Amino acid sequence: MKYLHLVRAALMRRKTRTVLTILSVLAAFLLFGLLNGVRAAFEGGGTLAGVDRMVVASRFSIIHPLPESLIAKVRAVPGVKAATWANWFGGYYQEPKNQLIILAVAPDYFDVYPDYGITAPMLAAFNSARTNVLVGAALARRFGLKVGDKLPVMGSIFPNKATGDTTWQFDIAGIYEAPNAKSRALEQEVLLHWKYFDEANGYGQGSIGWIVVRVADPALSAQIAQRIDALSANSDHETKTQTEQEFRLSYAKQIGDIGLIVTAIIGAVFFTLMLLTGNTMAQAVRERIPELAILKTLGFTDRSILGLVILESVALIVIGGVLGLALASVVIPVVSAASGGMLELPPIGVRSWLLGLGLMVTIGAIVGVLPALRAMRLRIVDALAGR
Amino acid sequence: MSALVEIRDLSKVYTRGRQSVEVLHHVSLDIQAGDFLALMGPSGSGKTTLLNLIGGLDSPTSGSISVAGQRIDTLRGAALARWRAAHVGFVFQFYNLLPMLSAQKNVEVPLLLTKLTAAQRRRNAGIALELVNLADRAQHKPTELSGGQQQRVAIARAIISDPALLVCDEPTGDLDRQSAEDVLQLLQALNREHGKTIIMVTHDPKAAQHATHTLHLEKGTLVEAAA
Repeated sequence: MKYLHLVRAALMRRKTRTVLTILSVLAAFLLFGLLNGVRAAFEGGGTLAGVDRMVVASRFSIIHPLPESLIAKVRAVPGVKAATWANWFGGYYQEPKNQLIILAVAPDYFDVYPDYGITAPMLAAFNSARTNVLVGAALARRFGLKVGDKLPVMGSIFPNKATGDTTWQFDIAGIYEAPNAKSRALEQEVLLHWKYFDEANGYGQGSIGWIVVRVADPALSAQIAQRIDALSANSDHETKTQTEQEFRLSYAKQIGDIGLIVTAIIGAVFFTLMLLTGNTMAQAVRERIPELAILKTLGFTDRSILGLVILESVALIVIGGVLGLALASVVIPVVSAASGGMLELPPIGVRSWLLGLGLMVTIGAIVGVLPALRAMRLRIVDALAGR
Repeated sequence: MSALVEIRDLSKVYTRGRQSVEVLHHVSLDIQAGDFLALMGPSGSGKTTLLNLIGGLDSPTSGSISVAGQRIDTLRGAALARWRAAHVGFVFQFYNLLPMLSAQKNVEVPLLLTKLTAAQRRRNAGIALELVNLADRAQHKPTELSGGQQQRVAIARAIISDPALLVCDEPTGDLDRQSAEDVLQLLQALNREHGKTIIMVTHDPKAAQHATHTLHLEKGTLVEAAA
């Protein structure tokens, strides 16, 4: 502790350089905090215990359809209060960059999902024609859509029997606003009639994408999930019943192993950080050779000089790192709220802080060790003579 | 009475690349406790090398150096560092203060190696600064002090651990005449009133006049000793 003022003095010797280095460390650990949250979200996906709504989908891939006949069986499972279903329908509006999240939904979909905030008159309008769709308010604002407009969509996969290609045209019957801030992400969707989709598309009639189940007692969710999955065991459509969050994330997981990708990004960031701070430390020590020689002259041992330089390096990283993680703690709830429930990043917990602090100390020690060895080995008479 | 510093048959050879240069050639010398010795000689004569060897900053190629009865030529690494901390104070031509620390913190640095508390270190540094007449500049950083004041801070730092021996390498070499005179008088007072043994390398005959003895080195050999 009594050497801390020497470390502080060393860090403050070049204030601009120190501040810039701390900012880059801050940025790296802010990214670490955020990406570690993303990784945790993807690796966790939530536990079934305590949830009142679950998603039943193919255990192999979300693109594998399930038979429509499974719905009745799921509804008959003890503990299931309601079950509805939906299909993914990919497509874009006007240009490929305007990708839309389009879901073909069952007639009773909104009974299980009051989150959409669909009013009775809006539902009546939606049900008045097969080609009607409901559009989320955020999406409508983005493209300037309004009720009564036609919505031409170029489908990604499903061909339209009527046109013979993948072009579809829908009629906007309503624009909904999610009543709950946590459900704002739903306002990015377009909802169409599953029955129309099933009859009009050129593939797989009678198949559904997934089933959404509402349970009577959330405490029994895990057991009910087991019972539902047992219905399809050893069939060609085995299911996996999961939380909604896990189901949503499984879309992103199609890209690849998100955890590995995130780990690789964090690794690259820290590698760059090590090069940057290593260079800073090497420069800082080079500039202070005469001062370090004086400390040795006054009786500081080689080891204490080694320790001082490593302590300086660790302090540099820890200051920036702690600020970065603290900032991430503030930003994460904001990002989660802004995603409208699409991405529930876990807050930075004790485990993340400990991992972060471990990384800070390790990186600090690694980048400090070479300059510290140089400082330790310097010969006093040569250093004082400027050799 | 045995000498404070006993040097016997001391040689120092520097090797730079393929070249070997003998800087000190079989020097033998006794320095009594309480002496104020001026080491003079032309550039390259080995004055600073001899001073560095006496101060334990470098090791001799052959020969022996004893200070207060302890052989320091056989000490290495941490043992030599600890010996320096306890027995020698250093004063350099360019002061060599730590630029980010205040005068008081600079003076305290050698005490960081002791078991003194922060308050004790602060108090001792205050006393040392008072001794060199700089108590009122304790919180000033080196850049806020004149050359003479910086050198006096360096002297306060050199005496803070109460070493028996002060080694001074051209302590007035970077100072104007008045500041040099102040520093020399301060060294003289430390020698006379506090019993410090001082070895001072200097080019300046006027500076040497403040010493009690003068030795001349030429090409690594003691050529003359004058009282």
